[in-house]
Amino acid sequence: MKETIIALVGNQNCGKTTLFNDLTGANQYVGNWPGVTVEKKEGHLKGSDNVKIADLPGIYSLSPYSPEEIISRNYALGEDVDSILNLVDASNIERNLYLTTQVMEMGKPVAIALNMMDIVKSRGDKIDVKRLSQLLGCEIIETCGIDGKGVKEAAQAAVKAVGGDVSKQAVIKFAAPVEKAIQGIDELLGAKLPKQTKRWYLVKLFERDKKVLEGLALSSEENKKLNAIVNACEDKLGDDAESIISNERYNFIEAIIKDAVVKNDSVNTISDKIDKLVTSRIFALPIFLGVMFLVYYIAMDSIGADMTDWVNDVLFGEIIQPGVQEWMEGAGCEEWLTSLVVDGIIAGVGAPLGFAPQMAVLFFMLSFLEDCGYMSRIAFIMDKIFRFFGLSGKSFIPLIVSSGCGVPGIMATRTIENERDRRMTIMTTTFIPCGAKLPVIALFSGVIMGGEGWMATAMYFIGIASVILACLILKKCAMFAGDPAPFVMELPPYHMPTLKNLFMHTWERVSDFLKKAGTIIFVCCAAMWFLSSFGFEEGALAMVEDNANSFIGVIGGAIAPIFAPLGFDTWQAVAASITGFVAKEGIVSTIAIVSGLEEPEEVEEAKELFDATRALFPSVSAAFSFLVFNLMDSPCFAAIAAINREMNSKKWTFRAIAFQNIYAYLLCTVIYQFGRVFVEGEAFNAMTGVAAVIVVFAIYLVLRPASEPMELKAKSTAVVKN
Amino acid sequence: MKSLKDIPVGETGVVVKILGEGALRRRLLDMGITKGVSILVRKLAPLGDPMQIHVRGYELSLRQAEAERIVVE
Repeated sequence: MKETIIALVGNQNCGKTTLFNDLTGANQYVGNWPGVTVEKKEGHLKGSDNVKIADLPGIYSLSPYSPEEIISRNYALGEDVDSILNLVDASNIERNLYLTTQVMEMGKPVAIALNMMDIVKSRGDKIDVKRLSQLLGCEIIETCGIDGKGVKEAAQAAVKAVGGDVSKQAVIKFAAPVEKAIQGIDELLGAKLPKQTKRWYLVKLFERDKKVLEGLALSSEENKKLNAIVNACEDKLGDDAESIISNERYNFIEAIIKDAVVKNDSVNTISDKIDKLVTSRIFALPIFLGVMFLVYYIAMDSIGADMTDWVNDVLFGEIIQPGVQEWMEGAGCEEWLTSLVVDGIIAGVGAPLGFAPQMAVLFFMLSFLEDCGYMSRIAFIMDKIFRFFGLSGKSFIPLIVSSGCGVPGIMATRTIENERDRRMTIMTTTFIPCGAKLPVIALFSGVIMGGEGWMATAMYFIGIASVILACLILKKCAMFAGDPAPFVMELPPYHMPTLKNLFMHTWERVSDFLKKAGTIIFVCCAAMWFLSSFGFEEGALAMVEDNANSFIGVIGGAIAPIFAPLGFDTWQAVAASITGFVAKEGIVSTIAIVSGLEEPEEVEEAKELFDATRALFPSVSAAFSFLVFNLMDSPCFAAIAAINREMNSKKWTFRAIAFQNIYAYLLCTVIYQFGRVFVEGEAFNAMTGVAAVIVVFAIYLVLRPASEPMELKAKSTAVVKN
Repeated sequence: MKSLKDIPVGETGVVVKILGEGALRRRLLDMGITKGVSILVRKLAPLGDPMQIHVRGYELSLRQAEAERIVVE
């Protein structure tokens, strides 16, 4: 028997995720729609293995302007989809039915799940569901996301509708001139359109839908005739086609509401009261900062950090690693094999596992903020500041989280809907020094100024300044140019999220990271282990005694001259930077090892290490430049894996890494060359000139007019004839 | 010509038309800002922009620059 496919369609914030989770339970597959970073979720209906449910992105309309809308309509129009389950938020019924009117035109069997009836009742509103069902010509099932009531029935209604009669489903009859135009288009192009979904295409053609026109590839003659038909109608009604259709849809809905809904306008809901306080002029910012502090404190500083430290230091550091080492040595394994397993593989697998508890705690809280409705208020409160840099108000969260760890910081960008804002946040968020960079900062604070505390403050300042500078430069580039994304955003009513949803969301994010990112980190760590432990000594490949002979040492030495303009062209410095990609705190231990010292317990107290490090650099400016370079260049493998995951594109991952490294290189060239002249008092030379040119160039990049934006690359709506 | 931007907080305007074209205009139409609908300006964000409006029974936020495109009476 053929599998039945039901498309789950609905607005954002209408409880679609909860419904989908209820319908499918743990039988979900999460992926991405081809070519875009929009999440694709599918699952089998609980108890019926031959019914597949596809959760389409939350959308308000089927317009051709956003990737989410284009994906949804292309999918729903496809032959595979047997019926559509349209989720409608009853507490916001007027706008939710707008999408319904468009879905109905697709000519597929539709069942409606009317969600959040509990809110409607608590407000004192009344919806005559039976009447509504008559008016819309399809079955309507009341559902409740909190206790899962009606959810199963809704799915059954959608399954029952498959193959049924769709002629009763309410398709809007537009005003006479519009219907006449649509008829004209039907006569002109009807033969080219699929029978079942024809009405939908005709309306879209009337709206001059760009993606449908692309898919049809009309001749210039046909185009001219089509335009003439639409123009005539527009002239007659004195409005443009898109407005005419939208107006008519809302008029149709208003009539339905009048008939089937009784509203009690006078209530002031709890949500209104909360909102009044939370986004008020005086309290909005203090409350916002308080919430941010709480999120950061719980995930990065207390519970999450303690759990992560335990996994890293105790579980792996004291139990698993020494245990396996002892066991392998006892069993008489070769030294290199023990080293591969203990230092390479276990350390490599342990690194991503160590992040898991912290990420779980963080994502639990972020899911809570998102589900309860506060996340969109964050965007509302912070929009004015962040828009100036070309970021979204929601970019604030990744930036804050990144000061703890870049990996969850990058993953937290997923709450940013706009692709451009999200990519820009991913590319810049690791400029904020993370926890693993603190030992490096502590070491160089000791090296440069005998351990002054303000070095860390200075590095946070440089990090924030870099985010701002990088965004100001990036927003002018062709790949990010264009008007800022519109901020026409719904502010959903506050409500209490369900624990089940929070846990499911958290589990989804953490397991996804462990599976996908874990493998990359594992391979990279094993490779780094090999490169730093092996090399040619006395003409043979072996585990090296002298680090200068290891592959890392040799590679470091070979590429060291590249870093001459930055002031640190020794193999030790370069090798330390390379090991920083495994974990940034590794820079400290590498410097200790290449200097023939033990890795210190307390970096702040390691006077010997300070002296040894100072010996590696010709001047204070060079040491400072090295420090800044290692904070601003591309992050550790774990974070790169997270970038790759969130960008979902090798090209964009490469762009991000290239941008970060070039930025760090140029910044540190300026720092070292100016430092050499103004701090060390050396003479101007050609390189000082180069540094000055870089500064002028950066100013130009910030001030220049924006490039022409790149076209939105989304697939045109293919017209499949059946 | 008065735009939504000129409506003081707590007062209502009735939409006459939306200026401009393309994605933003369509988005406003899709969100229910169509001819004849009345919009209540609920509040401004703490920094003065964006603004929160009440339309068709729900809350929507938009920037002043976007509100400027909505002609009201």
